[in-house]
Amino acid sequence: MLEVNAINLHYGAAQALRGITMKAEPGKVTCVLGRNGVGKTSLLDALMGQHAVSSGTIVWEGNDITALKPADRARRGIAYVPQGREIFPLLTVEENLETGFAPLKRDERSIPDDVFSLFPVLNSMLRRRGGDLSGGQQQQLAIGRALVMRPRLLLLDEPTEGIQPSIIKDIGRAISYLRNLGQIAIILVEQYLDFAQELGDQFLVMDRGSVIYASSRADLDEAALKRAMAI
Amino acid sequence: MIDPKTTNALLYLDGISVSFDGFKALNKLSFVIEPGEMRAIIGPNGAGKTTMMDIVTGKTRPDSGEVFFEQGRYDLSELDETEIAELGIGRKFQKPTVFEMHTVEDNLRLALKGDRTARATLTWRETREEQTRINEIFGIIRLGAVRSRVAGSLSHGQKQWLEIGMLLAQDPKLLLVDEPVAGMTDVETHQTAELLKEIATVKTVVVVEHDMTFVRELGVKVTCLHEGSVLAEGTIDQVSQNDRVVEVYLGR
Repeated sequence: MLEVNAINLHYGAAQALRGITMKAEPGKVTCVLGRNGVGKTSLLDALMGQHAVSSGTIVWEGNDITALKPADRARRGIAYVPQGREIFPLLTVEENLETGFAPLKRDERSIPDDVFSLFPVLNSMLRRRGGDLSGGQQQQLAIGRALVMRPRLLLLDEPTEGIQPSIIKDIGRAISYLRNLGQIAIILVEQYLDFAQELGDQFLVMDRGSVIYASSRADLDEAALKRAMAI
Repeated sequence: MIDPKTTNALLYLDGISVSFDGFKALNKLSFVIEPGEMRAIIGPNGAGKTTMMDIVTGKTRPDSGEVFFEQGRYDLSELDETEIAELGIGRKFQKPTVFEMHTVEDNLRLALKGDRTARATLTWRETREEQTRINEIFGIIRLGAVRSRVAGSLSHGQKQWLEIGMLLAQDPKLLLVDEPVAGMTDVETHQTAELLKEIATVKTVVVVEHDMTFVRELGVKVTCLHEGSVLAEGTIDQVSQNDRVVEVYLGR
């Protein structure tokens, strides 16, 4: 379980997150929605430790990880699929996947079968360079690389952005498969509402660095959700 | 198509297209800004807001289309960045970029329009006009009380206002302002809307912003961009009720 308590985050003097409180549970997809520029990526950066919070706490599996560096969070099972994918263009697909070994113990350093059963295209392209893959294939590679780490918390930043519909479906299937394993807490940042609505168990909408709407799937008021996201 | 030479517009863009590596950042973008107008530009990521400003300021060249300034007098696609700045187009980027180690007042002084040749700079003494102009700007940006503090000690909002003041010091005809209220507190956001409304009484202003509370407060005509062209234009209420705009913001 991830528990985020009243975190604030600043870039210099500018405040990007204002008192965000949220939870993410294993076996659930927590969707973070909102227009561009409202702080969604800043929230993921805070959770991964890419940017220090100015106050508040982040508790993961009962331990306060607020002060930990990203690498130490990765060792505790937190994996991040950043917006824009950030795969290594000059490494092969296989080498890209192997970069996910970094936080693992020596005897755990293998690529789980799930990666190739979820994204068969990666298996057929193991020797290709990452940079030669299409955008959708790169997105699958980035998710695959995160899964190599055997994450218990998976952070996904707009995995559908600029991706063709058929691959969006594959990614959706992969996310629900991972959710149904019951072991992984998934935080999905999205602007594509229909995609998020299909997958989400919990919904948060952000605006101006704060959470302005939160609901479980069961209590979801679709009109209120849309109002919070639109202008 | 209107003949650009006969337009009354201060800024005239017609059919502007730009591609980067096959990605169409702007796709036949057309709009006009009238003299004295304030306009808010909104749109999701990748809508072309920044590229549009890059075109106007000469940072990026259009692949096709026309961009004219001052009633069609100047073809901006033929001028470089410096020439465009000298025509009176000032741009404020999103992040505040003030001289942190100088005082607030010196920051304005450095931005004042004037002779910047080596000789003039070496023998410079402040004139009464310059002091009057600085005081005028302090009146607008409301930072007179902190004029002798170093700029680095200002709050985020104050730094943004100082930079807007530095833009005013260049005496531009058109101000392009990119996301001025990102990271500001609610109070600062409100004050920024007031400040820009005051500036808009004497200058033409184009503001790009994501913060809808702020855009509402400006109360001006809104242009919503999407995939490099204009998706909707009108009051914020008209734009926010536009079905296509709603769809775009829901990611469809």
